[in-house]
Amino acid sequence: MKEVVIKKRRRKLFHVKQSRSVGGNIFVFSLLALLGVFTAFPLYLSIVNSFKPLNELWVFPPRFYVISPTFKNYIDLFTMMSNSTIPFSRYLFNTVLITAVGTFGQIIFASMCAYPLAKHKFPGAKIYFKIIILSLMFSPAVTAIPNFLTMAKIGWIDTYFALIVPVFGSSLGLYLMKQFMEQIHDSMLEAARIDGANEWQTFWKIVMPLVKGAWLTLIVFSVQALWAVASTNMIYSENLKTLNYALGQIMLAGIARAGVATAIVVVMMIVPITTFIVTQSKVIETMASAGIKE
Amino acid sequence: MNPLTKISANSKNQNNATLNKKVNNSGYFRYLFKQIYDYKASYLFIVPFTIVFATFTVIPVINAIYYGFTYFNILQPPKFIGWDNYTKLLFDDQIFLIALKNTFIFATITGPVSFFLSLIVAWFVNELSPKIRSIMTLLFFAPALSGVVYIWSLIFSGDQYGYLNAWLLDFGIINIPIQWFIDPIYIKAAIVIVVLWSSLGVGFLTFIAGFQNVDRSLYESGAVDGIKNRYQELWYITLPSIKGQLMFSAVMSITASFGIGDVISALCGFPSSFYGAHTVMNHLQDYGNIRFEMGYACAIATILFLTMVGINKIIQIILSKVGN
Repeated sequence: MKEVVIKKRRRKLFHVKQSRSVGGNIFVFSLLALLGVFTAFPLYLSIVNSFKPLNELWVFPPRFYVISPTFKNYIDLFTMMSNSTIPFSRYLFNTVLITAVGTFGQIIFASMCAYPLAKHKFPGAKIYFKIIILSLMFSPAVTAIPNFLTMAKIGWIDTYFALIVPVFGSSLGLYLMKQFMEQIHDSMLEAARIDGANEWQTFWKIVMPLVKGAWLTLIVFSVQALWAVASTNMIYSENLKTLNYALGQIMLAGIARAGVATAIVVVMMIVPITTFIVTQSKVIETMASAGIKE
Repeated sequence: MNPLTKISANSKNQNNATLNKKVNNSGYFRYLFKQIYDYKASYLFIVPFTIVFATFTVIPVINAIYYGFTYFNILQPPKFIGWDNYTKLLFDDQIFLIALKNTFIFATITGPVSFFLSLIVAWFVNELSPKIRSIMTLLFFAPALSGVVYIWSLIFSGDQYGYLNAWLLDFGIINIPIQWFIDPIYIKAAIVIVVLWSSLGVGFLTFIAGFQNVDRSLYESGAVDGIKNRYQELWYITLPSIKGQLMFSAVMSITASFGIGDVISALCGFPSSFYGAHTVMNHLQDYGNIRFEMGYACAIATILFLTMVGINKIIQIILSKVGN
């Protein structure tokens, strides 16, 4: 064990010495810093703005920092939301429900389907996967209109189902899951079978724990997508609408709600970003297998 | 006995199958049915996903193609009208042509730029030490993750309090505020900047992961073979090793770049002034969600679908030739 560690260190040192010039390093870091500022600045501004009192939001020229930070924008947001006809907690509940159920279902459906695609060479598996790759090539918005008609036919318009169920069939989720599962050694599955496990048991007890990284990744992407669902087309009852929709309505009021809007931005982005921070290392591990193999 | 324990024996069966096929066809079909029967557990596993996927992805695509040939306003049953929607779209609908042009302008800029930006940033980030690397990954991924472009409406706001205007005024570069999201001269550039800001998404993560997983021993043997700097290393070792990731990331960028629409309606209003940033996606939403001319909307959707898939296929062919 010890030997391996030492070897690794030596390799790294070797690698750095051979091919990295000082000039190149300066070039790389300065470009990275430039891009980093471009990326970080709007995010930074969003957060700083949310702590500015109203009179600081409208100074000329605008400031990058806040002189007397305050939580007033957040407090205003929550008083406003609790005074609305539908209480804030209801919008929050709707979004949390949609995000939680949608994410859970997507992981179960995608991993169940990915397992045989990755590990059983059943007739039709190759074509099935080709169709999945094809469906990665167009954005789901293309099918939004016919989907609306389908929903209307099933009678799911104005129900949670319209927002939750389509997520279960996300091809990106299946794709990532399948690519990751392919790395599991067949010998592990065969050992389980020899021990008398049936396919269902093998899937739950062997495969699912092994692909923990993949479902954490799916959680990130799914939370990212579902947390931002605005639900304007499918949902008409006010009490079923989502947080993003409600916050969007407040923002529409423009300058009158400028302070509150800055708080909304932070509230909306904090959930997906936190999810990613918690799961980051596993996500990177999963994405390593995401390449399309010819 | 569980049929799947026989997986290792399958390759032998495969040979038998080809043999059988040569001898007579009915043997092949019997073999196929036996295979399907043997793998019945596999099919059970894929049933739930397949039902949802078929209902909300496959059938809608087929439906969109069908409705594209009809006049359909939801209240009355669809009426078949042949190619009318398409001739109207391509020859009579001036706004669609503007939308098509805008979509291609946005796609040809944001698609390749976001792809190469993802690649370059991931490559740079990979040079850093692990701790800083994970912070930088978070930083660059955060815009795509947050999904919030609202701050840009403050930066590009058309009055003197908009950040960009305020600084330009303060430095004396301009005398009157510029209407970034209204003026046709600036609207496209402003949208491109916002889109690029939030474009380091799934593809970017794929690159980060891909770079970390390149076989280290390849770099060593590369150094022995005379690779002198990081650029040669990237070109001769890293890129060929992450070809699959390049492919996947390209698909992601192309799909995203042709699907630009929501950002525009959020920042420029709907429709954008003088249709300066109106894309095919916006046009689709206009007819589908506002005018409820579903037949026409579906024709637009079909064109968009074919464009996205077609371009993806072309890029895949090109990428698969790289390095061969």
